[in-house]
Amino acid sequence: MTLSEAKKRELLRQMYTIRAFEEKAEQLYAMGKIHGTMHLSIGMEASAVGSIAALRPDDLILSTHRGHGHCIAKGADLRLMMAEFMGKETGYCRGRGGSMHIADVEGGNLGANGVVGGGIPIAVGVGLSLKMQKRDQIILCFFGDGAANLGPFHEALNMAAIWKLPVVFVCENNQYAMSFSVKKAFPIERISDRAAAYGMPGVTVDGNDLMAVYEAVSQAVKRARSGEGPTLIENVTYRWRGHSKSDANRYRTREEIEAWKQKCPIKRFRARLIEEGILTEEEADRIEQEAYAAVDAAVAFAETSPEPALETIEEGVYA
Amino acid sequence: MRELSYAEAIREALRQEMQRDERVFIIGEDVGVYGGAFGVTLGLVEEFGEERVIDTPISELGIAGAITGAALTGMRPVGEIMFMDFTTLAMEQLVNQAAKIRFMFGGKAKVPFVLRTPAGSGTGAAAQHSQSLENWFVHVPGLKVVMPSTPYDAKGLLIASIRDDNPVIFIEHKLLYKVKGPVPEEPYTIPLGTAEVKREGRDLTIIATSIMVQRSLEAAQQLAEEGIEVEVIDPRTLKPLDKEPLIRSVMKTGRVLIVHEACKTGGYGGELAAVIAESEAFDYLDAPIIRLAGRDMPISYNRTLEYHTVPQVENIVQAARDLARGRM
Ligand SMILES: Cc1ncc(C[n+]2csc(CCOP(=O)(O)OP(=O)(O)O)c2C)c(N)n1
Ligand SMILES: [Mg+2]
Repeated sequence: MTLSEAKKRELLRQMYTIRAFEEKAEQLYAMGKIHGTMHLSIGMEASAVGSIAALRPDDLILSTHRGHGHCIAKGADLRLMMAEFMGKETGYCRGRGGSMHIADVEGGNLGANGVVGGGIPIAVGVGLSLKMQKRDQIILCFFGDGAANLGPFHEALNMAAIWKLPVVFVCENNQYAMSFSVKKAFPIERISDRAAAYGMPGVTVDGNDLMAVYEAVSQAVKRARSGEGPTLIENVTYRWRGHSKSDANRYRTREEIEAWKQKCPIKRFRARLIEEGILTEEEADRIEQEAYAAVDAAVAFAETSPEPALETIEEGVYA
Repeated sequence: MRELSYAEAIREALRQEMQRDERVFIIGEDVGVYGGAFGVTLGLVEEFGEERVIDTPISELGIAGAITGAALTGMRPVGEIMFMDFTTLAMEQLVNQAAKIRFMFGGKAKVPFVLRTPAGSGTGAAAQHSQSLENWFVHVPGLKVVMPSTPYDAKGLLIASIRDDNPVIFIEHKLLYKVKGPVPEEPYTIPLGTAEVKREGRDLTIIATSIMVQRSLEAAQQLAEEGIEVEVIDPRTLKPLDKEPLIRSVMKTGRVLIVHEACKTGGYGGELAAVIAESEAFDYLDAPIIRLAGRDMPISYNRTLEYHTVPQVENIVQAARDLARGRM
C-alpha cells in the first residue's frame, strides 16, 4: 500500500483542485451566478482525497451534501460539475440537481444527498448487489458525524455486517452537524466505537493527514474486497466555512476556527512531499496554479453552456 | 396595527405560549443558538434556556417520538422538523403512534403536540428540500393539519394549535417567512376548522392554500382591473375542513378554481373538488371544477424549471380568466 511519487503528486493536485473549485463556487454564489444553497468542504480535503485514493477506479462511492471533494477526487469533469452548479443543461444532472445532488454515475459516484444519512442504507443495497453479481468492486459510503445519529445508520451498519457486504463506511467527523457539536450529540468520544456494536472494525484517524486516511481506508478496502465485510472509519476533521449559506457561526468561536486552519490538510501534505524530496516549492506552486486554472476553464465552459429548455421540463421523472 | 413578518408572528406565538404555560417547550434540530434553519426560533433559547428550547441530534423519528411521549404524559411540546421533506423520516411515530393513541386507548389518553415544519419550493434547494407533503397527513385520522397564509393567521392558528388537545401538523411556507402583515400584540386564537374569505367577489371562487393564497390575491387584483371579480377563500386548516364557506361561495359564483402548490395527483385539490361536487353547490356550478396545482414531478434546481413547476400569479390569472369567461 505504498503510493508512487507520481500518485502522491496527483493527490496533492486533487486537494488543490477541490480547494480552488470551492473557493470559486463561493465567489460565484456571492455574485449570484450560483443559487440555492451549498455546503463547502474547505479544510476537509484530505478526508475525501485520502479515502478515494484507496479505491480502484471501478469502485463506487456514495456522497453527501458536502460532496464536492468526493466528486472531484472520484475523477469528475470539473466543467460538468460547474455547469451543474449553474443549473445548465450540460451539467452532470442537466441542471436539475445542483450542488446538493451532484452525481457522476458513469464515474462511480452514485450521488450526493440532500437528506442527511440518506446514502447509508443505499450502500447496503449496492454492497448486496455487488456481492450477488460476484463483482469484484466495493462501495465506499461517506457521511457526516450528524448522520451517525439517524436510525438508518444503525440499520445499515448491522445489515452490511451480518451479510459481510463489501462496504466501507467513512464518517467525516467535522465536529458539527450544523450548530450541534459532537460533544453534545454523542455520549461517546469516538464515533468509530459504534462499530463494535455491529461486529465490525472501527478506526478513528486524523482526517487532516492524507496518508493516515489513505492507510486506514486501504485496510478497510482490502477487507471489504476479500469478503470479510464492512469497516467503519472516522476521519476527524473540521469545516472552515459555515454549515451552508445561511450560517452566522453563532455556535463556535473564531479562535477555534483559526486553530483548525493551522492544521490545513493541504499545507501539511505539501510540506511532507517537499520534505520527502518528491516536490520542490516551485513544483508545488505550479500544481496549485494549474488547479486554479482548471477551475477557471470549467467556469468558462459553464457560463457559455445553455440553460435547460422549458419544453423538457417534465423529462426524466420516469425511466 | 403593528406589522410583523410571518416568521416573527410564529416566534411571538411560541414566546407567549411558553410564558403562559410552562408545559410548552420547543424541540428540534438547531432550534437553539442557530435559531432554526430559517431563524424562526432565534432568541428563544436565550429567553427560556436549553431545558425548554432543546437542540436534538439529527433524529427526526426521535423528535416525533419525543413529542409524542412527552405529550402523552402531560407536556405540550412544539417539535420542529427542519424541512417538510424530512417528516418522511418521522412518519412511523406520527402516523401509527401519535395519530392513533387516543382512539386505540378508548379515549383515555391524549397527545397534545404541534409539529412545525416548512414546506414549499422557490428557494433553489431542489428536489429534497422543496416538497409540499400536506396531503400525506390529511389522509391520517387523528392528526390535524394547519397551513397559515398570513402573519396574522400564523400567530392565531399556532396558539390555537398549541392549546389543542390533539397532534397538529403545522405547515409553514419558506417564502412566506419574510412576508409582513398586521399582527396584534396580545395573544389570540383562530379556531382550527375556520376558513376565511380573504377577498370577496361575485364572478369566480378561488380556494387556495398557503402561499397560493397570496398569489391568488395578487391575481384577483389584476383580474379586477379587467372587470373580473374573484372571491378568494383560504381554508387555513386542511383538517378539520370548514366546508360551509366554500360551498356558499361556489353557490354564489358558480365557478371554482382550486390552487395549491403540491403535486396535482393525490393533492388536496382533489378533496376540495369532491367536497364541492358532493354538496348542494353542485347544482349551482356553471363550469367544471378546475384545479391548478404543482406538476406531477420533483422540484428542479434550475430556477426556470423550478418556477414553472408550481403555479405562479400569471398562471392563476390565466386559469381564472379562462374559467370566468367560460373557456373551460
Ligand atoms: C434527515 C435530514 N435532517 C436534517 C437535514 C438538514 N441538515 C442538512 S446538513 C445537516 C447537518 C449534517 O451534519 P453532518 O452529518 O455532521 O454533516 P456536515 O454538514 O457536518 O458535513 C442538517 C441538519 C437534512 N438535510 N436531512
Ligand atoms: Mg458534521
